[in-house]
Amino acid sequence: MSGPLALSSASDERSTTRSDRTSPTPAASSARRRVLKEALAAWTLAGPAVFFLFVLFFVPMIGVFIIALTDWQFGARSLSFVGLANFREVFADHGFRTSLFNTVIYVLIVVPGTLVLGLLTALLIESGNSCRSFYRAIHFLPFMATLTAMAIAWEALLHPTIGLVNQTLAAIGLPTANWLRDDKTALSVLAVIDIWQNLGYAMVLFLAGLKSIPQDLYDAADVDGADLWLDRLCTVTLPMLGPVSMFVVIVVALRAFESFDTVKVLTQGGPGHASEMLLYTLYRESFEYLHTGYGAAVAVVFLAIVVTLTLIQARLMDRKVHYQ
Amino acid sequence: MSASTSTPHLPAYAAILRHAVLLVTGALVLIPFVWMVSLSVKPPGEIFRAHFSLWPSQFYGVENYTKALTEAPLLRYMGNGLIVCTLILGLQIIVCAPCAYALAKLRFAGRDLLHGLVLIGLLLPHQVLSLPLFILCYQLGILNTYAALVFPYVVSPFGIFLFRQFFKAIPDDVVHAARLDGLSELAIIWRIMVPMALPAVIAFSIFSVVGHWNDLFWPLIAVRDQSLMPPPLGIMAFKNEEAGNDYGPLMAASTLVVLPLVIAFLAAQKWFVEGLAKGAVK
Repeated sequence: MSGPLALSSASDERSTTRSDRTSPTPAASSARRRVLKEALAAWTLAGPAVFFLFVLFFVPMIGVFIIALTDWQFGARSLSFVGLANFREVFADHGFRTSLFNTVIYVLIVVPGTLVLGLLTALLIESGNSCRSFYRAIHFLPFMATLTAMAIAWEALLHPTIGLVNQTLAAIGLPTANWLRDDKTALSVLAVIDIWQNLGYAMVLFLAGLKSIPQDLYDAADVDGADLWLDRLCTVTLPMLGPVSMFVVIVVALRAFESFDTVKVLTQGGPGHASEMLLYTLYRESFEYLHTGYGAAVAVVFLAIVVTLTLIQARLMDRKVHYQ
Repeated sequence: MSASTSTPHLPAYAAILRHAVLLVTGALVLIPFVWMVSLSVKPPGEIFRAHFSLWPSQFYGVENYTKALTEAPLLRYMGNGLIVCTLILGLQIIVCAPCAYALAKLRFAGRDLLHGLVLIGLLLPHQVLSLPLFILCYQLGILNTYAALVFPYVVSPFGIFLFRQFFKAIPDDVVHAARLDGLSELAIIWRIMVPMALPAVIAFSIFSVVGHWNDLFWPLIAVRDQSLMPPPLGIMAFKNEEAGNDYGPLMAASTLVVLPLVIAFLAAQKWFVEGLAKGAVK
């Protein structure tokens, strides 16, 4: 915990001793004193943030790896290194494999769904001038609405007898289902809720992307005879949205990987393990079953996935900057 | 500027089609909200009647909302949410702005290293750290207090990142002039940089408050007492108590939890969209 403090105080000490000892010429020493004063000021200003970054991010990060590689349990006074035993246990566990598989399937439903619907609404909103902020507001609303509360609303909507979904399906003669209690539908229903929540977010990112397309390109397309909306869409708009689309894919995938609220409120991973996903497994093993080593190993797996996705995203953002 | 400036007028049929599609998708998106509010003003008899109507024949809103506010300490939950979000945001700005200023405007050994640490922090999802953070809060003896809800979030790598970007865009001459006027570095940060970077502060505030008002994961781990629960945890507890049978009050409670952010969003839509879109890097 004293890492960052030691760091800043060490540089303080160095600064005072050095400025005391060395004084070759008055001009040089005053310049050096200014440099040291600036460094001292910088580390003092950054000090609290550095301290908390270590206490709340880096030390816990190391802690997760330590717990994952040892047999430590809550309340234990000692621990011993067990190598990859926790990881072997995790990957041998049918429950975890199902959870990982479900998460991948879930992300594979949510990402294309969110991407296509977000892009469509963005294109439609941009294609005309009227009511833009009205449509944007409506489609964006779910993104900031408290998901726990909205999950409860979705549960009522999906209620097998009194829910609007089944009533509507029955009225037009389609088969109904007990959406959240059926292992064939539970995961897909959660994915639909996720798409509902995030499509407005994708839309906003696409709207920003559309705004950054230079007008010249449309003028050039006009000269080339692409005067129909669809022509412009295919020759200019969609190709220019390539980088933004990749960005949206990663951002939405990250959010989908981190889905927790709907699982906790609506299905608790059930029926069976049908809608169990990584973050819920992490929560349940760590804090309900107090299965510490297992939970930490799941956290490491989860982190590996998230870091990989984020690094891809950073790569893409760099490339986007190069293009401009 | 955009695709539409080159096509200022869609043909009439296309314009109508645009409105038609957007109204349909918009209506679909709004269904959960409408259903929630509709159930929140219906008496139990009408909720469980197997036919559909949007507005109840007998308005039961007063009863449902009263029940939501009295049977669950809903106002308490929302007060907790307000306290926690305010404390987190205030501390985040106090901790992050000076660090961002140092990174943006001061030259010092280790600056690139520090910036690298901030970017690594940006990469780490908080849920992964929940187990050690839980142990840390336990060691500090703050589990099941407001402090446990606030402490893990007092520094925000995203806040440092965003403030640094905005501070960098402020000309160095402004800083030099302020120093010549005799302002201390802290005075430069709070009286000049932060006010000049107000859009960043607002964007970050929205990002932070929306995130923490809506968070279920950490409060679920950090607090047990009903009197400390923020809205998402509180409403989940209410749902479990009611066993999901008393839909009217439950929907009323949900509506009340969602309402503050929805009102704020409708009042300052542009800021919300911008603030949350910026959060995409997080």
